[in-house]
Parts: sequence; C-alpha cells; structure tokens
Amino acid sequence: MRDFVSLLETLDRARGQRARILALADHFARSDPADAAWTVALLLGERPARILDTARLRGLIARSSGLPDWLVELCHAHAGDLAETAALLLPGSGEGLPPLSILIERELLPLARRPLSEREQAVLALWSRARADERFALNKLLTGGWRLGVSRATVVRALALHSGRETWRITERLAGEWRPSAEAFRALIASEEERPDPARPYPFFLASPLPEGPGALGDPSAWLAEWKWDGIRAQLIRRGGTSAIWSRGGERIEERFPELLAALEALPEDAVLDGEIVAWSSDRPDSFAALQRRLQRRRSPRRLSAEIPVRFLAFDLLERSGVDLRSRPLDARRSALAEILHKSSDIVQISHCLDFDQWERLSALRACCRDFGVEGVMLKRKDSPYRSGRVRGDWWKWKIEPYTVDAVLLYAEPGHGRRAGLLTDYTFGVRGEQGQWLPVARAYSGLSEDEIVELDRWLRRHTLKRFGPVRQVEPHFVFELGFEGIAPSTRHRAGLALRFPRILRWRRDLDLAAVSSIDELRALLRH
Amino acid sequence: MRLMEEPLIRRDEAGLYCPLGGFHIDPWRPVPLAVITHAHADHARPGCGEYLAAREGEALLRHRLGREARIRSLEWGETVRLRGVRLSLHPAGHIRGSAQVRIEGAREVWVVTGDFKRASDPTCGAFEPLPCDTLVCEATFALPLYRWPSAESVLAAIRIWVEDCARRGMAAVLYAYSLGKAQRLLAALGGSLDQPVLVHGAIAAINRLYEAEGVALGDWEPLPERRRRGALAGRLILAPPSAAGAWLRALGPAETACASGWMSIRGQRRRRAYDRGFILSDHADWPALLATIAESGARRVLLTHGQGEALARFLSERGLSAETWLTTYEGEGE
Ligand SMILES: [Zn+2]
Ligand SMILES: [Zn+2]
Repeated sequence: MRDFVSLLETLDRARGQRARILALADHFARSDPADAAWTVALLLGERPARILDTARLRGLIARSSGLPDWLVELCHAHAGDLAETAALLLPGSGEGLPPLSILIERELLPLARRPLSEREQAVLALWSRARADERFALNKLLTGGWRLGVSRATVVRALALHSGRETWRITERLAGEWRPSAEAFRALIASEEERPDPARPYPFFLASPLPEGPGALGDPSAWLAEWKWDGIRAQLIRRGGTSAIWSRGGERIEERFPELLAALEALPEDAVLDGEIVAWSSDRPDSFAALQRRLQRRRSPRRLSAEIPVRFLAFDLLERSGVDLRSRPLDARRSALAEILHKSSDIVQISHCLDFDQWERLSALRACCRDFGVEGVMLKRKDSPYRSGRVRGDWWKWKIEPYTVDAVLLYAEPGHGRRAGLLTDYTFGVRGEQGQWLPVARAYSGLSEDEIVELDRWLRRHTLKRFGPVRQVEPHFVFELGFEGIAPSTRHRAGLALRFPRILRWRRDLDLAAVSSIDELRALLRH
Repeated sequence: MRLMEEPLIRRDEAGLYCPLGGFHIDPWRPVPLAVITHAHADHARPGCGEYLAAREGEALLRHRLGREARIRSLEWGETVRLRGVRLSLHPAGHIRGSAQVRIEGAREVWVVTGDFKRASDPTCGAFEPLPCDTLVCEATFALPLYRWPSAESVLAAIRIWVEDCARRGMAAVLYAYSLGKAQRLLAALGGSLDQPVLVHGAIAAINRLYEAEGVALGDWEPLPERRRRGALAGRLILAPPSAAGAWLRALGPAETACASGWMSIRGQRRRRAYDRGFILSDHADWPALLATIAESGARRVLLTHGQGEALARFLSERGLSAETWLTTYEGEGE
C-alpha cells in the first residue's frame, strides 16, 4: 500500500499534466504488475464496492476514536471529506497494510458480501492495522469516493511512456471492460498482442457538434449524410465463435438484446459493426424512454423483447473476417457493410445514406427529421478513416436540438412547490483539462416522476458533502443536456455557462468516460 | 444570604474587562488600561492610555504600538495590585513575550491564557501550567481533527523539500507569519541548511528585535534587491503570506509552501493553492487544549477565538461549566 500512498501524495502535489504523467510512469515502473493494474483501474474510475454507508462509517469512527457522534459529525462537516475525517481522528498507527492488489482482492472485495457486523469488525481491524499515512487511501477505498484529478488521457500517456507503446494501442487495449490483474497489466503494455480477447471492442469514433451550418464544410459531394438515430451507440462483435455487444459506456449488453445477438450470429461472416440500437414500433423509431426500459433490465425477458422490439442501425464496418478495416476510407467500409448485411434480417439493418447534392436539400431533410423519429443528421467525410475518440473534422452531428452535451451530475438541491423535499434542482459539469469536474449548467428536472424519486434516493445515499441545502454528490450519473448556446462567464470556474440548459435524458448507457470535455464546449464558444 | 460575587472578568464592548481591577485584557477598542498578552495585531491595538505587558515582549510591543505608547512591563511571575485584585504574567509559549494573565480576587483565581502552545519553541519561554477556578482559554484549533505532528518531523520535511527544490533549480518560498512563526522556523532551521535563509523585509525587521535581545536565529540574510537570474535556486525564502503576487513572480522559478496549523486539512491546503503545506502551529491542538484545561483544575472554562462551541459542548458533557465568548481575535494567520 505504501507505493500507492506515495503516488497519491505525488499526484496531489503535481502541477500540470506533464508532471502527473511522469509521476505515474515512474510508479508503474516500480510497481508489481498486479498493483499497477489496480492503480490503473482506480484512476479510470473503477471502485471496489462501498463496504459501509456514511452513517455507519461515522459510527465506527466514533467508536474507535472514543469521541461522541455529534463531534465526529461536526469534524466531518469541517473537513468536508469522510475519508480524511477518519484518517485524522483515528488514534495510533499500525504496522501497515499489504500491497494494493492484495488488499483489494483478498480483503475488500470478499468483504462486500459479508453480513454488516462482520464488515464493521473488518473495517475496525483494517484501521488498526493501517499506518497513519495509509488511512486516507484506505478510507477512500472503503467509501468509494475517488476524485484524483487524473484524466483517462493522462493514464494512457503514462502507460505509453512507461511501456514505449503507442498511445492508440494502449487506448485500444483499455477499451471495453478492462479487468485489473497482473496478466491484464502485462498485456496492456506488451509489445505484441498475445491472444487478444475475441470479445474486445474498438474505441468508438465520436462525432462533434456542427458549430454552424454545413456551408463551411465545402463541397457537398465529399460528404455522406445519415440520420442521427435516437438510441444508444453500440458495437456488435463476432469473432471466431464469440459474440458480444458493447455500449459506448464500455458495458457488455448482449444479454439485454438477445434478438440482436441472434441476428449477429446469423451474419454470413465474422464482423465488427458500429451503429445505434433503437427502440422500434411498427415501421419507425420509438422513443428513447422505451429503449430505457430495455436497458434497465440486465436480462431481457421474452415478454419485454416482444413489447419493445429494437433494431440495430449499422453505419460502419470496423472489421471483416478478422481484418481491421479502420484505416480504409468510409465509403469503402460502407460498401463492405452493405455486402455483409445484404441478406440480414430487418433486426440488423444498414442505416441508409440520405440523398442530397446541395446543402439546402440536406437542410430541408433535417428540418423534417422529427417526422422520421430521428434527432438530426450526421455528416461524415467519405474518405475518412475510423478514428478513435472525439477528433474534430471528419464526423459531425447536426442535431435539431441546437446543442447537446453529456454532463455529469455534481450537485443537487431540493425543489419547491409540488416537488418540495425531493432533490430536483441539479448542477451538471464536464471534464476539465486536469480531469477535474467543472460545473457548467444548472437545470431543473426534466425527468419522469419515477426517475426523480429513484434519483433522489440514490443522491441521498451518495452525498459527499453538504453546503446548507445543497449536496455535493458522487459524480456517477451522466445526463444529456440540451442548450441554446454558450456564453463566457466569470462567475463559473469553467469560464463559460450554458444558455437555457435542460435535461434531455438520463444516459444510463454512458459512464464517466463519456462525459464531454470543457474543450468541446470552448470550441463552440469560438463560433 | 450571600451576595453573588461579581465575576473577575466579563466581556464588554471593548474586550475582556476586569471590573474589580479596572483594566481590560487585549481590548479591541481604546481603554484607559490594557493588559496585553502578546504583540500580534489582533491582541495588541494602539490608542490605549496605558499598557501592561511582559518584559520579554516589551520590544515587540513597542515595535507594534510606536514610540509614544506608555508601556509598563512586568517580569515573569511578578505580582502587582490593581485596585481590588492581584495580577501576574506567566509564559504562554505562543511567541516571544506571550503571556498568560493570572488574576486573584478575594475568593477566586482566574487565568486568561491568551494565545498559547505546549510544543517547545527555542524563541520563547515554555507554557507554565497555572491552577485556577476559571480558565479563559483560546480555542483556535478546538476540534479533534487538529493534532500536531512533532515539530522535529515537520522541520525534517521542510529540509527535504528545500533540497528537492534545489535539485529542480527552484527557490523554496515558505510563507509564515512574520512575528513569531518566522523566528521559530529560523531558530530551528537556520543552522541546518547549506546556505543562509533569505527573508522578506517585514521579517528582517522583527529578526533584529529578537537578536538584539540575544535570541539566536541561525544564519539568515535579507533577500537581496538585485540578483542574478537563477541565483535563488535551492534557497529557502521566508515571507509573510501577504507577499504573494508580483513579489513572488519577481523571484523566478519558485515553489511555495505554508507553515500553519490549517495545513492539517487537505481541503484547506488545496483552497490556498500552495504547492506544499507544513503543519506547524503556534497554537494549542486539541490534545493540548484538553490537557491544559484538565491541569488547571478549573471548574469553569470560557472559550475565545471562534471555534469554541464544539469544545464547550464536549466539556459540558464531562461535567464542566463551559461557554464561548465572542471575540475579535483572529487565530492563526497563514
Ligand atoms: Zn497570537
Ligand atoms: Zn490570538
């Protein structure tokens, strides 16, 4: 645990991304691969299950320090952080904790399934074993509230620096559900792909919002346009007998969509398809809310599949019979896609190109996209490769909503009137340069009554800090916000504020990695 | 029927007032007679008719109040009669000349601690525990979160930080209160670094007062006005926290740190945007407050300096009579 603690201290002090990259690379070089693997996982947002809730932890701190409950609570309010409060109040110092991977795998993870009294005993025992300087990190593992100010890009670059591999290769290997282990860490930095996981997805190529009309894109004949479907982005993967469906949030979701899995297995050859899963009713897209009902269930019962049918609208082909096609131009990939889907059932179908030769014609199509149940059009350069991440220039989304952003819920407070007492007033943030969260918008709930109640309950259990009625909550849930524009602001730390923000939807399919960056918003500010 | 005795000290609009003795302690408004615990600005204010203070702190008080102030000094433990009470001053260990005020009436003894600490400090006399009936005690760091590490371990960490800055070609700027904290650091560190410590002008002026009274402050020099580029790499520079901004930028590449009790808490460290925070305080931490209150044997405790509510409740639950008194004392500057 000692190495991990000193890494946290170094990161805490490091100024600038370069310093953080160096500190991390140095740490990876000195650490056992099993421990390094957990460091990577924790930095990427993985958290071992929360073992005790805030109230019980406070109770244990009181018991262990001999202080009354009210005083522990006051100290918590003063320090603002429960993990730190515990670290400062607990007496004495123990002989030290085992290395990170052993602590998590052999002690913390098994503990999560034990009865409460046993968990409490175990936490007390861990506290007395920990050295004073290990307690803060230990408590962070117990409470799950990490905010280390290190972005995914920083971790990737540190791994690249440490291993001498290209950053894209590391990004690719980290895509999907990366599970920490010594083998996984070795594979992450290995020179050759040794037996790659057949179910692994590629990093998604993400479109950027088109800042103004398409006129600036030049000759329309260099561009291809498709509907922007109102569903969730996904990759369908079939490789040598393995089939998988990945959401953009890095989650495997094939059990939720058995009909897509069957259609994928019926394809004439192995392939990796990129597209959108959309709820479908008779001959047109159904609402996103309908799709949410399919997403909420880990396994989709047959009844639900029949009630809410879905389709996969494929718009790209990343791999065909084991050959990576991503560096080929888009129109070549699309012809290959059409060949593969030629005989496919309707359940997996191609997302057709829109027919236009002038921007005016496309603009007119976009204007009536509500009639087609879609949310705008996508514009893709015909010769573009399939890049990774959000790279501006080749792929644009031109939505009916003027602008949207995927933001994380950071603060919540109770509303007034009919919803008094429920947390309905939310503050959302995006990712800053250092990986920190920057608040950019406040919006009242645009959620359904059920969602509000569910979210309220979750927020109360995951409050990190309270400032009067305002709760700072664990950054966890991602929401899609619509807004009219962006204005510079000196009152916001981000230096800008969204104009007329509103909640479009609760994106349970996205995790924190999908949250937009401040740079994406700044790019809009310039226009 | 026994008449209620008037309390030896009460809080009035000017500060802590002793009606039987006709004087105030550390008043925040001008009064005829002010007993001063120490020369920090929030305790020693100008404009009073006459001042009574410890001999050890006289020069510092004079520096604060100016040439015209009428200051009468007492040796440690020397007793004077002020109308109906007997008064004496005793070391508080906070900064040089910092005093506790002991007041003895017909039936009771009261002690006002002023600012105090129990950790050792080479620049001033050690805190003297005094038995009393009522203790008026400071409560700057009165939460159990505040437990100071040993001064030796903090000084060692500061030395390592300076060496680390030297390796990276940076100056090491340490912000510390210019009266007290800075001299404590110099006395403890000055001899153990390769080169003399450089100090900001505000600190140099006070250093000279200390040295004139024979307090050894180790090797230090005023920060030179003109210097070559990079001349400050690896040098420890002491400055008051007010000297940030343009002054700091003119130093060239530098890391900043602060030595204060507030640095115990991560959030406070981060908010203040120093590169490093060292936990070094001239005030009592939670264990020292509890120990001092217990040693005094006081049945009644009055807490000043703002953060007293938690301690008052804690003491009340343990059978003492305790309450807080609102004061304008500011606690520890950073
Ligand atoms: Zn003071
Ligand atoms: Zn004070």
